[in-house]
Amino acid sequence: MSIKLGVPSKGRLMEKTFDWFAKRGITLSRTGSDREYAGAVEGVEGVDLVLLSAGEIPRELAAGRIHLGVTGTDLVHEKLPRWEQQVEELEPMGFGEADLILAVPQFWIDVDTLEDLDAVAAAFRRTHGHRLRIATKYHRLIREFLADAGVADYQLIDSQGATEGTVKNETAEMVADITSTGETLRANHLKILSDGLVLRSQATLWRSRMAKCTSEEKSALKTLMVKIDN
Amino acid sequence: MPNRSQIEARAALLRQRFEVAGGVVVDPPLLQPADILLDLYGEDIRARAYVTSDALRGEQMLRPDFTLPMVQMHMKGGAEPARYTYAGQVFRRQEHDPDRANEFVQVGYEVFDRTDPADADAEVFALFQLQLRGLELRVATGDIGILLAAVEGLNTTEVRKAALRRHIWRPRRFRALLDRFAGRTPMSESRKKLLSTTGPLTGTAPEIGKRRAAEIDARVDTLRADAAAPPISEHEMEALEALLAVRETVPYALEQMRDIAVDLPAILPALDRLEARTSAMKARGIAIDQLDFEASYGRTSMEYYDGFVFGFYAERRPDLPPIATGGRYDALTRYLGQGDEIPAVGGVIRPDLILTLEGEAQS
Repeated sequence: MSIKLGVPSKGRLMEKTFDWFAKRGITLSRTGSDREYAGAVEGVEGVDLVLLSAGEIPRELAAGRIHLGVTGTDLVHEKLPRWEQQVEELEPMGFGEADLILAVPQFWIDVDTLEDLDAVAAAFRRTHGHRLRIATKYHRLIREFLADAGVADYQLIDSQGATEGTVKNETAEMVADITSTGETLRANHLKILSDGLVLRSQATLWRSRMAKCTSEEKSALKTLMVKIDN
Repeated sequence: MPNRSQIEARAALLRQRFEVAGGVVVDPPLLQPADILLDLYGEDIRARAYVTSDALRGEQMLRPDFTLPMVQMHMKGGAEPARYTYAGQVFRRQEHDPDRANEFVQVGYEVFDRTDPADADAEVFALFQLQLRGLELRVATGDIGILLAAVEGLNTTEVRKAALRRHIWRPRRFRALLDRFAGRTPMSESRKKLLSTTGPLTGTAPEIGKRRAAEIDARVDTLRADAAAPPISEHEMEALEALLAVRETVPYALEQMRDIAVDLPAILPALDRLEARTSAMKARGIAIDQLDFEASYGRTSMEYYDGFVFGFYAERRPDLPPIATGGRYDALTRYLGQGDEIPAVGGVIRPDLILTLEGEAQS
């Protein structure tokens, strides 16, 4: 049997991952038609390529269905409670950099810190009769971050895309999302809280602590790791 | 590890003793409407309770405790005074510690009685001590009412007091606010800039979202007023810090807090209530001289308690959650009673943990 390497199945993340491995003498490629999620690995024996959505890779690693996987720190931290026990961080890959941040409308000139946010959340609830809504898909990370900071009277609204637009549409008062350049935030008239950085994320190669290895697979993993470290 | 039937048998026994004490047996539903729980605990409850839903009733939660359904049931037309007891499962999501149970049995006793709160506190505590006799446990007690009174009595603005009151149960944020209000934390550059600006403040950014310009103006006014208000005096800060640090047996704690009250006279009525409770406990045969009192106890995990608080801990098993906890929650009845209120005190025991400790003692 071969060890399984999970890689994002499309887009820039896939291309950058292919480039990163190519620099280390390992050629990853998609095979078959454009729509078929099959892949090939050259340059190292006993490794199978599994193409997956980046969001599914943490779960597959935790379940031990893949031995290695490439995905963002943000997704691993959000989706895997006690992630350190389920996966090991092997290599930060230097791309896909993004920060998970809290952002409010630029027009809230009175809000710069989490302390301001907390005070405003209390007043907002008194005025509007409901808690201040934060649109996000990172529920666990944001809840833990805000609990730790002692921010109360907010609620999380699930938003799986176009999160920055929720404020204008008045389905949320602010957002918690990933950003790399801040461009989208600015375009949507949002600003980042000065102490609102929740997590710095980048594409990372992870090893599953849950996947079982035969001795054959172990040596394949070792060969792969030597190539990567060089 | 005790098995389910052992736990249920012990739960029945514990409940029976509460019945003998006057508790009427109640059995609230497992599923509770999520909106009230969310309203009460905020988003944090989602980390603690399992949420499910259907199209008709919307979000429901598997009950994380009995207190809320108990209070609701009572406020809807329970007799007065009333004593209730219950035994049944509660459910807690676990995301950090796989050794903690996500489903366990609680047995509780709750008293809704306005005639003599001090004696009701003593009654509940004495019953719990009786139920747990024979086990080697550390007992912690405290009184959130004293801290609330201390905040109320500070010589500062209403806005600051409200902010502190709101965070009594979040010690870190409370501390940060206190340092700011006492002028110990310097004002940030961005705040200085904001407050020194005159004329239209909102600049060029478009007004988006449900929070309107008037709300922002109102907050800036509040911030200006706050910047103009004198800091909380060092004198009061020291007294408050001394109060938060009190950790003694009840008689010595009372003595220390009476001293502190020279600088924080607003806590005197709360200290009188503690003294009345202490007498009532003594009358019920509780060894007051050996009972510990911690002024900061109950600030972290028991948000609805606002008076007497207590907990029983297995000191030799620090990995176990408390074996029993309880306290007074008058404010919760006010909140859920929509104008109505009734003094209420109660607590819960975990039969599974009692059995675990007994099993260890035998082996």
